[in-house]
Amino acid sequence: MNMGGEGVVGVVLTPVFMMLLTAIFLAFWRLVRGPSLPDRVVALDAIASLSVGMIVVYAIATNQPIYVDAAIVLALIAFLGTVAFAQYIERRARDG
Amino acid sequence: MVEWAAAILLIVGASFLLLAAVGIARMPDLFSRMQTAAKAATLGAGCIVLAAALHFGSAGVTVRVLLITAFLFLTAPIAAHVIARAAYFVGVPLWEGTIADELRGRYNQATHELGQLPQLRDQRDEACEGAAPST
Repeated sequence: MNMGGEGVVGVVLTPVFMMLLTAIFLAFWRLVRGPSLPDRVVALDAIASLSVGMIVVYAIATNQPIYVDAAIVLALIAFLGTVAFAQYIERRARDG
Repeated sequence: MVEWAAAILLIVGASFLLLAAVGIARMPDLFSRMQTAAKAATLGAGCIVLAAALHFGSAGVTVRVLLITAFLFLTAPIAAHVIARAAYFVGVPLWEGTIADELRGRYNQATHELGQLPQLRDQRDEACEGAAPST
């Protein structure tokens, strides 16, 4: 399977997709398994970073630079979500 | 030449992201998991995004890529710090092999503010006790 791109980047794309997919599965395993709520938040944050990478690789594979915009939005939203989760966890600990 | 650089950056970035995920899955406690996630994942995503800038080679994509990189490198440490702080207050257990917890007893549990360092407090108490009888 050669996704779109020619030359050496096209050759590299398939193993890169496989590595990213494995990484997302591993992080997802932690998200499901994680013993505490902060564990799950960390896994979710990592999945967001991995998705940014995945979207950018997909933009290279399809030769559509417009997808990079989606990566910007995802990076922004993921940070806001993580900070909101952390505030919630901390406030829940303080208020009992 | 540029394509080769982009391909190498893609492989390096994907390797770092995979390593970060392996760390998240395999590390023994929350805080060690978090430090792999914060550092390796940021570097990996940064490398991949840079590869996209090299591959497309247009000004618009490069500006977006620099935006993503700057944003990732600014926000990842903040996010990791905020989660670590919250987890410490909740009392997430440390790994049983942990040898030092320098924050123990330094947080005011009611207000979540960092109090005085214990040795400074002890020094001050000693000074007060030394001064009290002489007056």
